[in-house]
Amino acid sequence: MPLPTETGQASFETIYREEAARVLATLIRLLGSFDLAEEVTQEAFTIALQQWPIEGLPANPRAWLISTARHKALDLIRRRANFADKQTELVHFLQSCEHEPPAQETAMLEAEQPIEDDLLRLIFTCCHPALPQEAQVALTLRTLCSLGTEQIARAFLVPVATMQQRIVRAKQKIRDAGIPYRVPSREDLPQRIAAVALTIYLVFNEGYTHNNREFAAEAIRLARLLHRLMPSEAELTGLLALILLQDSRAAARLSAEGDIILLEEQDRSLWNRTQIEEGLMLVEEALRQGLPGPYALQSAIAALHAQAQTASATDWPQIAALYTLLYRQQPTPIIELNRAAAIAMAYGEEAGLKLLAEIEQRGDLKCYGHFYAAKGELLRRLNRSDEAIAAYERALGLACSNQEQRFLRKRIASLR
Amino acid sequence: MQYLLLIYDNEAKLNALPPAQLVDMYAEYGALTQSLKNSGHFLAGRQLHPVAQATTVRVKDGKQSVTDGPFAETKEQLGGFYMVEAADLDEAVAIAARIPSARTGSIEVRPIVERKDQN
Repeated sequence: MPLPTETGQASFETIYREEAARVLATLIRLLGSFDLAEEVTQEAFTIALQQWPIEGLPANPRAWLISTARHKALDLIRRRANFADKQTELVHFLQSCEHEPPAQETAMLEAEQPIEDDLLRLIFTCCHPALPQEAQVALTLRTLCSLGTEQIARAFLVPVATMQQRIVRAKQKIRDAGIPYRVPSREDLPQRIAAVALTIYLVFNEGYTHNNREFAAEAIRLARLLHRLMPSEAELTGLLALILLQDSRAAARLSAEGDIILLEEQDRSLWNRTQIEEGLMLVEEALRQGLPGPYALQSAIAALHAQAQTASATDWPQIAALYTLLYRQQPTPIIELNRAAAIAMAYGEEAGLKLLAEIEQRGDLKCYGHFYAAKGELLRRLNRSDEAIAAYERALGLACSNQEQRFLRKRIASLR
Repeated sequence: MQYLLLIYDNEAKLNALPPAQLVDMYAEYGALTQSLKNSGHFLAGRQLHPVAQATTVRVKDGKQSVTDGPFAETKEQLGGFYMVEAADLDEAVAIAARIPSARTGSIEVRPIVERKDQN
């Protein structure tokens, strides 16, 4: 068998990237089983990798893949049919065949709408609030981004077996607890959209924090897809805007040595202008779509940073006001911390430190490194070096990434 | 699918409720049960006596031990249940949210293992 040519390989990978989740999503609906759908999707791509270089690309690769996977599923079910526990799959499969006679099958598979609906179903199932948060993230990366379990495990610094188990358990719960494979009802939608947005944001944040470009790109791809599927949902518009704007600073946030560069010290000419333009347009769109929720508000904050020509031109009073609105919707200590930092920039370090003291007194963030880093920063600006060093050292003890640790050590050294 | 909706609430707080409020709550439970029967979701449902009336049984090495309890260190106690038929988890959750104790306590939604010989 001739090996695929280099260009063939490249186009195959593009098709895999773009179609794997769609093919899987449709097969889950047709087969009523996550595991079976995953198995036959993989098989269909394996067959494609063997056949396409010889026979050429089919006219509609997606329809070809779905149809091939379906036949594989039928084979598998026939072979396993004597096992009683496979009967439900068989029934489901035969029913799906009954409703879609072969003549209509191709037409059905070529239609855009049902496939897009399947993707949406898959997103809402993977991000169902009955699944643990970490399982939602893992399942989303596995099924919607088609990333390998090993790759996901490496990114989250857990053994492959642990990640495997996490995904297996999530799929088990989807099956046994009857987590539905459909888009939630209108009344459940706001809460469920928030869960989906959080999962995508966590994927982005994982990529951003550890400079994993692939995760960041996948999060943007998912957010873009969701925005396209539900264009009038303000929070999804806001989510896409937020991560585009945050990601636009990717090239400026680390030095050549891989050290963190704070927002105000970044070379703004390195910011990705195309992404900023798109992000700003989306922020405006999100704000027009109704009362701004947490993601729309955060995107508006990111927009104010993106619009400032220099750090000193940043509209801090406006940012502080947006954080106050955000804090009203989500009274969490982290948002309180960000609000305090914005108030320090707008109205002086003393005002910020006063708010930080209130948080510290309650002890909510006593294990959160960024809290002490922020405190150290304000003390440093007030030339209270000893107190600043103490705060930075506390932050160092809690810092989780190497970059953060290097950044804090540099700060401490500069104060001594 | 079948689900068991386990109703947890704070017994001490329930005991302290003014009688009028208790009457309202029972009326609400009655209306919910009737509505679930009408819609075909209801399979079974009962209120339990308080934990003080509970007995815990264990058999270890063939020896039976009977004690009172469970000793509720937790703030909420199992006070009753519904067994319902629902299309999926979302429907079961929607039913659970209608249980009056969902507002004061919590409802644990447990899918029941399906066995062909019991259906």
